[in-house]
Amino acid sequence: MSGGVDSSVVAGLLRRDGESVIGMTMQLWNQKRIPETAAEGATGRCCSLDDVYDARHVAQLLGIPYYVVNFEDRFEQQVVKPFVDEYLAGRTPIPCTLCNNFIKFDQFLEMAEGVGAREIATGHYAQLSWNAESGRWEMRRSVDRGKDQTYFLFGLKQEQLARTRFPLGGMEKTQVRELARELGIPTAAKPDSQEICFVPNGDYAAFIEGYFREQGIAQSATSGEIVTAEGKVVGEHSGVHHFTVGQRRGLGVAAAEPLYVISTEPATRRVVIGRSDDLLRASMGVKNVNWISIAAPATSIRAEVKIRNKHLAAPATLIPAPDASRVEVRFDEPQRAVTPGQAAVFYQGELVLGGGWIE
Amino acid sequence: MARYYFDHNATTPVSPEVFQAMAPLMTEVYGNPSSIHQFGQEARGVLDEARRSVAGALGAKAEEIVFTSGGTEADNLAIFGAAGHVITTTVEHPAVLQAAAQIPSATFVPVNQCGVVDPEAVRAAIRPDTRLISVMHVNNELGVIQPLAEIARIAQEAGVLMHADGVQALGKILVDVGELGVDLYSVSAHKINGPKGVGALYVRKGTELRPLLYGGPHERKLRAGTENVAGAAGFGRAAKWVREEAAAEVQRQQILRDRLEQGIRARVEGVHVNGGGAARVGNTSNLRFDGIDSEPLLIALDLKGFAVSSGSACSSGATAPSHVLAAIGLTKEQARSSVRFSLGRSNTVAQVDALIDAVVEVVARLRKLAPAYV
Repeated sequence: MSGGVDSSVVAGLLRRDGESVIGMTMQLWNQKRIPETAAEGATGRCCSLDDVYDARHVAQLLGIPYYVVNFEDRFEQQVVKPFVDEYLAGRTPIPCTLCNNFIKFDQFLEMAEGVGAREIATGHYAQLSWNAESGRWEMRRSVDRGKDQTYFLFGLKQEQLARTRFPLGGMEKTQVRELARELGIPTAAKPDSQEICFVPNGDYAAFIEGYFREQGIAQSATSGEIVTAEGKVVGEHSGVHHFTVGQRRGLGVAAAEPLYVISTEPATRRVVIGRSDDLLRASMGVKNVNWISIAAPATSIRAEVKIRNKHLAAPATLIPAPDASRVEVRFDEPQRAVTPGQAAVFYQGELVLGGGWIE
Repeated sequence: MARYYFDHNATTPVSPEVFQAMAPLMTEVYGNPSSIHQFGQEARGVLDEARRSVAGALGAKAEEIVFTSGGTEADNLAIFGAAGHVITTTVEHPAVLQAAAQIPSATFVPVNQCGVVDPEAVRAAIRPDTRLISVMHVNNELGVIQPLAEIARIAQEAGVLMHADGVQALGKILVDVGELGVDLYSVSAHKINGPKGVGALYVRKGTELRPLLYGGPHERKLRAGTENVAGAAGFGRAAKWVREEAAAEVQRQQILRDRLEQGIRARVEGVHVNGGGAARVGNTSNLRFDGIDSEPLLIALDLKGFAVSSGSACSSGATAPSHVLAAIGLTKEQARSSVRFSLGRSNTVAQVDALIDAVVEVVARLRKLAPAYV
């Protein structure tokens, strides 16, 4: 329970259905550690005391036992550090997926079992169903397309899905707010969270710099040159962590046509820039693939592939590599800003086939 | 579901006799003890009686007792009242630890692996400007008893004031401030089946202290503000119980505590008693379970109706790493595997046996889930 509307409604619905419910909030991060990422009035800050207060209030109203559990160490090891490392390695990380894979549906699920719970229920927008024929749990996009979170859930394994419920997957957000009012949940009008929870103001570069300072890591190591695809040096930058593929702003290079970051090269600390067309890619490799609704395919299959959360899934052919954990994706039309470190998630219509990490 | 309370070092329920003693103060006897009229005189009489009772439980004189809002205020009054360099230990309650941290260059003397402070280490820390030594009598997390009298002698030799946080000692071991040789001693009502919101500082006659609060001349000008008469009356009644009945009750609790420790250790492998090598009070057991995260253990026990505790809570309510367990040299993981059981008047043999069964069951489940423990 984050103290927000979604998880509060989940608790309320389960309670209304007569389920035996325990409320839990994970203490993940101490906001005070990196003060420059604070956002006045921001919502969805992880573990702010106000959010814990809201979650506790909801639990009290519902009459369920409620606990705040300390996951700060695990969150830093499994999410924050990899986030920083990925950024510095020139990739654009998705901490929400790491959190889902290694915290929420792994260690938290274990915590839930440890206290004697059979299943966990969360406020994620995704639909789960059991397919008796294939003997697999299937995942589908949420009914509310704007809220769909399946892009962040592709890493979930069958045994995790078997113990998970997403009661909101079949609802529109407006229905959820309506239910919140019906159930008497005081946070019914609380705004949705937007940013990565431990970087409330969305300034990742400031977070990374703040984290470096806190850890006593010298800063100079990430500045370098801005170059064109032909290798011509056109400027300097203060750190590769300020740049992500497809970025247009903040290059500080004057040119006749708009320029974009094409790639970042952490080894040489160079940021490569070019024209919009240079961002197009017809294919990509995807590693550490996890299959959800289908077993790993032996031959090529057709799918729609999402390479960013807000990306419109693009038709493509998935070609399994000899190494079963890899897939080669060939898009029907070249796609802009294929970004290493981002997730590629495979769909067939509503069905989530699986996904992996862009190489 | 039946609920069993094994967290008496956190707080205790108000006993029926204490409740009874307090009831008239909420209704009939409402005067201000400072008032001259008979309403005031009645209240003054109740307050004086309570003061004598608390003094009696500490082996002090009535005029040496200053009522406060609780143990924390009593500790703060001692530390800030002494106004000078302070020496304390690394295992104190936050009320002392955080207060001392406000004093520039305060000294925090470490403890051994059982949680006991070496009096000679305290002696070595004394500086010319040292005004106060503050050492807790009994540790709240471990139940370990400090060599207070020995440290008090060292303080006396050095001409330094000696304070002890006795919040966890009163009602658990015999307290006699004269025999201990302390100048200042903090106690709290709600740890001895009295009400929350009232405590006291023993201030040995002739000890110079600065008040924390300024205002009326209450409590010999050491604690301004109209007295919490009902609270004091409850404290007084609870102190009477300590004087008359605690000794027998402590023995009963110790038998239960030993039954709990032996029962768990006989049926669960890899259980260690934190602070077990030192003299401990009879009601406290701090157990470390190899390979177990205390957080799910505590929650699972709570869901089965058993209230126990681990470490301290941070502001969100999540479990925070214990500074006491760190101070006795436990690793973060070991500290995270530790749970405190603290017994009280309501606990019975049947409850202890049920608790042992519950611990055995939950620990087995947790170890199966996280097979890090072999």
